[in-house]
Amino acid sequence: MSVPVLEVKNLRRDYVSSGGPFRPAKVVHAVKDVSFTLEKGKTLAVVGESGCGKSTLARMITLIDQQTSGEIIVDGATVEARHGVSAALRRKVQIVFQNPYGSLNPRQKIGSVLAEPLLLNTSMSPAERRDKAMTMLLKVGLQEEHFNRYPHMFSGGQRQRIAIARALMLNPSFLVLDEPVSALDLSVQAQILNLLKDLQDEFGLTFVFISHDLSVVRYIADEVMVMYFGEVVEHGSRDAVFEDPQHDYTRTLFAATPRTDISSIKARLARKSAA
Amino acid sequence: MAMLEIKNLTVAFDTAAGLFKAVDGIDVSVDGREVLAIVGESGSGKSVAMLAVMGLLPATATVTADVMNFEGKDLLAMPANQKRAIIGKEIAMIFQEPIASLNPCFTIGFQIEEVLNQHMGLRGNAARQRAVELLQMVGITDGAERLGAFPHQMSGGQCQRVMIAMAIACDPKLLIADEPTTALDVTIQKQILDLLVSLQDRYGMALIMITHDMGVVAETADRVIVQYKGNKMEEADVLSLFENPQSNYTRALLSALPENAVGDRLPTVADFEDTDGGMSR
Ligand SMILES: Nc1ncnc2c1ncn2[C@@H]1O[C@H](COP(=O)(O)OP(=O)(O)O)[C@@H](O)[C@H]1O
Ligand SMILES: Nc1ncnc2c1ncn2[C@@H]1O[C@H](COP(=O)(O)OP(=O)(O)O)[C@@H](O)[C@H]1O
Ligand SMILES: [Mg+2]
Ligand SMILES: [Mg+2]
Repeated sequence: MSVPVLEVKNLRRDYVSSGGPFRPAKVVHAVKDVSFTLEKGKTLAVVGESGCGKSTLARMITLIDQQTSGEIIVDGATVEARHGVSAALRRKVQIVFQNPYGSLNPRQKIGSVLAEPLLLNTSMSPAERRDKAMTMLLKVGLQEEHFNRYPHMFSGGQRQRIAIARALMLNPSFLVLDEPVSALDLSVQAQILNLLKDLQDEFGLTFVFISHDLSVVRYIADEVMVMYFGEVVEHGSRDAVFEDPQHDYTRTLFAATPRTDISSIKARLARKSAA
Repeated sequence: MAMLEIKNLTVAFDTAAGLFKAVDGIDVSVDGREVLAIVGESGSGKSVAMLAVMGLLPATATVTADVMNFEGKDLLAMPANQKRAIIGKEIAMIFQEPIASLNPCFTIGFQIEEVLNQHMGLRGNAARQRAVELLQMVGITDGAERLGAFPHQMSGGQCQRVMIAMAIACDPKLLIADEPTTALDVTIQKQILDLLVSLQDRYGMALIMITHDMGVVAETADRVIVQYKGNKMEEADVLSLFENPQSNYTRALLSALPENAVGDRLPTVADFEDTDGGMSR
């Protein structure tokens, strides 16, 4: 078997809030003892409600934030963050955030947003960088004329395409998407989900897809990991988790997810008229 | 006669770029005891249409309608003092963003009691008792202690319950809920939706549920209006809408739901648009 793209062992992150004169210092165990393995070309979905530690996990595996304890292994090599993360390692792990507005520099044209990672990390000529940036721009469904525009001229969905394009410029080993479609309208969400699937098929990309929306997760995931108060309470293939959830919390999540199928609507209306 | 009857509602904003029609000739009617969902993507004019009914739009908005009646009374023509007796009392609205619409500087007790004072003339102990009762009705059982809490000390779901308590404080006949669960986790969303529907049923209110979420529509509505760019695309009872959608746009929305995916790709609204980028009904 090939080496997993990402392996995480007993990962923990505590946040310590400094105490004040009237407040004792408090420790939040944001992520507790999380372990998993991710194979190339797969999508692992991480679900759970707000505050359960999804973004904290995302920041650790993309080496933005250091773990309190535990091990992160990228492409078979253990990350030794204490000695600083090398540029080569840093570009293997990329992240796209929920808010496509906040994560782009308003004064930077899109073309240079995309070319910048190449400028910082490679010795490509300006012409080469431009070519690569343009190719990626088209790849994510934008047009040539967008190259010289500023972020504010784009819609939310287009900005998310730009963020995805930028994250892919350096061929990362895996891409973490932290609630990438949560702020988007349904039709735009569908376009972005399609784009992610197309890119995955074409380049064999590996995704960690964070979401609180189970219908999106069911559509996009190969594997599903359910988090609850910092802990992984369930982890399995998509079909196993959806068809036979083991943990009470997973069942609660499923029960709370709105149903749009005809028989559920009929059942609701029948309950209502019986009451 | 419908409780709320609106015909040909148009709202235009005077903007730097010229006149912008946010709502373009919409009809809405709601009966007592009915749950009407108004669904559409962001910017389709859902909030603006209902803010027009409430008379809460800024001066840059021009509101016109052939008919805008509440229980047969003309909301557009009635004098301001009569309108104040209806708006906020007989018609109440829960606004988008619960935390933003509660005042962070005052306790929730103060804020609920102020509504009771303003619309019902309740003061002191009577107001306090009613506030605790209202919190009880929205599922906050330790209401007496909670009255002293500030909004930031409560979770998003709790704040939304307080907003609902304030909205139902005057026994409204019509409650308009604008995206009441958009910022909430699914488990909390379910509790809030169940709460709204059970209050609607128990107290015989009419409920207008504004949402962009087809799931919320499926879980709450009797009847549905689908809105797109200020226009009504379709109106139907909830079962017909999901079973046999009549407009292209509704079909597009339903097929963009991940749970309706056929094969590996989701159709998008663009797949349903006319060649000129418009949307036919
Ligand atoms: N920088 C931080 N300092 C202190 N606490 C934090 C910080 N970031 C997150 N937390 C806490 O850690 C927990 C998990 O947060 P987060 O990872 O953002 O959850 P999620 O992304 O699932 O909503 C929460 O209790 C949150 O308040
Ligand atoms: N005060 C305003 N001035 C100008 N345009 C406005 C104003 N309020 C809303 N709009 C515009 O009206 C349209 C409809 O907005 P809204 O009713 O809030 O949409 P939604 O369906 O998301 O609730 C949007 O294009 C919005 O930008
Ligand atoms: Mg998060
Ligand atoms: Mg709105």
